[in-house]
Amino acid sequence: MKALCWNGKMDVRVETVPDPKILNPRDAIIRITATAICGSDLHLYHGLIPTLEPGDILGHEFMGEVVEVGSEVKNTKVGDRVVVPFTISCGQCFYCEKTLWSLCDNSNPDAYKNAVLNGYSTAGLFGYSHLYGGYAGGQAEYVRVPFADVGPLKVTSSLRDDQILFLSDIFPTGYQAAENCNIQPDDTVAIWGCGPVGQFAIRSAFLLGAAKVIAIDNVPERMEMARQAGAMVISSDENVRELLKEFTGGRGPDSCIDAVGMEAHGSIYDDIKQKLKLETDRPYVLRQAIMACRKGGTVSIPGVYGGIIDKVPMGAAFGKGLTLKMGQTHMKRYMDPLLQAVEEGKIDPSFVITHRVKLDAAAQAYSTFSKKEDGCIKVMLTP
Amino acid sequence: MDEINSGSETHPDSPSVQGNHGIKVTKSCTIKSSRETLYAFWRKFENLPLFMNGLVSVTQNGNSSHWIAKSPGGKKVEWDAVVINETLNELIAWRTVEGSDVSHAGSVRFKPAPGNRGTEVTVKFEYDAPGGKLAAKLAKITGKEPSQQVEKDLTHFKAVIETGEFPTTQGQPKGEK
Ligand SMILES: NC(=O)c1ccc[n+]([C@@H]2O[C@H](COP(=O)([O-])OP(=O)(O)OC[C@H]3O[C@@H](n4cnc5c(N)ncnc54)[C@H](O)[C@@H]3O)[C@@H](O)[C@H]2O)c1
Ligand SMILES: [Zn+2]
Ligand SMILES: [Zn+2]
Repeated sequence: MKALCWNGKMDVRVETVPDPKILNPRDAIIRITATAICGSDLHLYHGLIPTLEPGDILGHEFMGEVVEVGSEVKNTKVGDRVVVPFTISCGQCFYCEKTLWSLCDNSNPDAYKNAVLNGYSTAGLFGYSHLYGGYAGGQAEYVRVPFADVGPLKVTSSLRDDQILFLSDIFPTGYQAAENCNIQPDDTVAIWGCGPVGQFAIRSAFLLGAAKVIAIDNVPERMEMARQAGAMVISSDENVRELLKEFTGGRGPDSCIDAVGMEAHGSIYDDIKQKLKLETDRPYVLRQAIMACRKGGTVSIPGVYGGIIDKVPMGAAFGKGLTLKMGQTHMKRYMDPLLQAVEEGKIDPSFVITHRVKLDAAAQAYSTFSKKEDGCIKVMLTP
Repeated sequence: MDEINSGSETHPDSPSVQGNHGIKVTKSCTIKSSRETLYAFWRKFENLPLFMNGLVSVTQNGNSSHWIAKSPGGKKVEWDAVVINETLNELIAWRTVEGSDVSHAGSVRFKPAPGNRGTEVTVKFEYDAPGGKLAAKLAKITGKEPSQQVEKDLTHFKAVIETGEFPTTQGQPKGEK
């Protein structure tokens, strides 16, 4: 089959590789009908997540048709049309039973590597380095999906692939980010990053009853897409903290969402430290969000951080009694209800797609998305 | 303490293999299952190759057992072991018999975990390593240093019990290079 392989920093290529096989009794093989490139893939593309190996197949946002199931798969059937969450969960451990799906105990074959980083291993992820299990990803024609009765969500309605695909990651991720803010009526939510995750966080904040959403970025078409959802928009090139104060009567936003993560722009200090490998991440937005948040508010962090960061204003977070919420999305909590929201027409997730290309052109699409050229916000790939 | 039937009262963790130069590894994890189930599964040593890397087979004959392992290079290593201590649903401890290729002792203890969390499982291994030779030999068998290998095996034990399989990517596609 064809698959997009990582070969090094800024070097991804579509190659011919063997087809995936059932390796465990609870596996299924999916023929992919649609997949996408995520902002998280850019961290891999930019070489910021360690333990990738040349030849690793990327991609964690995908859907398709079940073509084969292992001997212990009970509910998922050949022929089912499914969308697959990017986190792999066993469904039976302490964490899965508590619906902390992304913290599953039993899905990471490289658990001891992850535990070196995190203290205890978290769930395996598709196509996301050997810290997360080294699973072959879904920017491919076929993919092997472990615990096939747990993750994949069967879709029977007549919705199109482009309306369902983002239940695999960014819609639930934006939704969890907003839900973590515990939004009250009349609340103002500030959201850094108008990438795909930010876009879904903006719309989810409104769905959850926010009175006002203020979005921050400096890419014109992304800012425009945020405006279309009803957000006020601030350029990250301006004095963000002062403007946020001004727009909230001096109180500050009730909650702040960092939908940017480890690759924030705007800080020369972090740029240099990251290049010199003195710092793994550039936490510029996180610092701003903590400083900007009102007293007693919540800072919700869907943006990915991978390692050690500098100069986080812990004193401000402590002094203001902030709540910090973060992590990989607990996908299974959200996929069913959000599919229902799509079916009811409350939201059409395809709004975020700017580029539709063939898998063959995926390498070029990575470059376009990474450089934000050609108005690129989200790429959907079809094999 | 009776984990690995140690000779000394004052040094409860002193090694049971001869001399004081053994490598000791202790690892714990919590498994969502009852002590009875876990004990029964482990006590049937024939089950151990299901989650212990490099172990090909174990055959039991009363209190003694014969273990066969294979190195990544395909070399066979065999040894005999005896159970030296056991308490139903709580503890199993074993040790290789004198003259074996490999000299080690091991124990596994099962304790109820709080609430409905299942059972706390603690595994202790001691390898005799005069001059580090046997440690090197063991590393060759498993391809890993013992502490990491025990941790991995224990994780696999947990996964097999909780999910019926352990996670793997062995045999999945990859680009060339
Ligand atoms: N928690 C999860 O489970 C999860 C899931 C998916 C994605 N993510 C993460 O969410 C983040 C966003 O993903 P995405 O797909 O939207 O990525 P993206 O790269 O398309 O978007 C990031 C946006 O942040 C903007 N930005 C950069 N610096 C900024 C600054 N200083 N102020 C304001 N905006 C700034 C960029 O211009 C860009 O529009 C990434 O870190 C990604 O890894 C997390
Ligand atoms: Zn993603
Ligand atoms: Zn689990």
